[in-house]
Amino acid sequence: MKKKILFFLSLPVYLLFAVYSYQTDYKAGIKAVENLLSFSGHMLLFLPFAFILIGLFEVWIKRQTVEQYLGRSTGFSAYLLAVALAGTTVGGLYMAFPLSYSLFKKGAKLGVIFTYLSAACICRIPMTVFEASFIGIKFTIVRFIISLPLVIVSSALLGNYLEKKNYRLQHPEIKKEK
Amino acid sequence: MLSLIFPGITLLLLGISFLFNKKKSVQALQKGAKRFLSLLPVFIPVIIISSLSMSYLNKDILQNTLGHNSDKLLATLSASLAGSVAVIPGFIAFPLGALLKSNGVLYMVISAFTTSLMMVGVLTFPLEQAYLQTRIAIIRNFISFLIALIVAVATGIAFGEIRTSLI
Repeated sequence: MKKKILFFLSLPVYLLFAVYSYQTDYKAGIKAVENLLSFSGHMLLFLPFAFILIGLFEVWIKRQTVEQYLGRSTGFSAYLLAVALAGTTVGGLYMAFPLSYSLFKKGAKLGVIFTYLSAACICRIPMTVFEASFIGIKFTIVRFIISLPLVIVSSALLGNYLEKKNYRLQHPEIKKEK
Repeated sequence: MLSLIFPGITLLLLGISFLFNKKKSVQALQKGAKRFLSLLPVFIPVIIISSLSMSYLNKDILQNTLGHNSDKLLATLSASLAGSVAVIPGFIAFPLGALLKSNGVLYMVISAFTTSLMMVGVLTFPLEQAYLQTRIAIIRNFISFLIALIVAVATGIAFGEIRTSLI
């Protein structure tokens, strides 16, 4: 409930900030508004398609399939599959979280989901190529060699622990229904 | 061009889906729309905060903070804190990293910044919280922060930046 109030307050406050910035020619404020417009423009182009894809995933991918490859009875290969899935994820967090929820609902185990989430932050392919070309391939390789095993191990540990605690991923709308 | 590939593939899959089963496809669209709309109350404040941060924690300011620190470990730590708080897309962050490099900033510091930028999201926390619940979201971010620090130190060792300081 508190969140909702915050949400409905944030818009008018931001609008005031924007009007004030343009009125007084406040540069940082104008830049922030420009950032927001370009960012939300990108997101409006991207998000509807991301959620169409998630809808298709929910409807077409069978629970058994997800359980078989990413479920509780799987071994190390499931983690590698999660990394591969993360590498091809577009849009970062905005895609990774909703998809994680779908994976959870279809029976993927928590360790695999946490691996997917963190790996989606660090090894998306376009981003990696970009990094290697700007900063250097050695830099990127070191990052991969060190971070990926740590991500997998920590995710597996956290996942196994939470699995015992009956932890559940949630979605904003589900929370409301409770 | 690249930005058209994703919508293109999605629409193609949607088309194929409609060919196979119209009812299921409509269901998929409804599910997607429902998820999207229910996420908006979380999503809008996050992008508002992100846009503010991109303006106030901009390229010049980051370049100044990350570029002027004589103590290596302090520089690394502050870089990872800056990376945790900042919200910057890769196409700005990596050229910034290259620029810092050419200004003589250590790989270790750049790594601390870019890795924590990718892995830790202080400002995008509400989004994470909505899916994972507060406690787990905090734990996940904390672990990510530690991993980012370890990566930075390893980068320092790999590029011979730490050993020289210890001898």
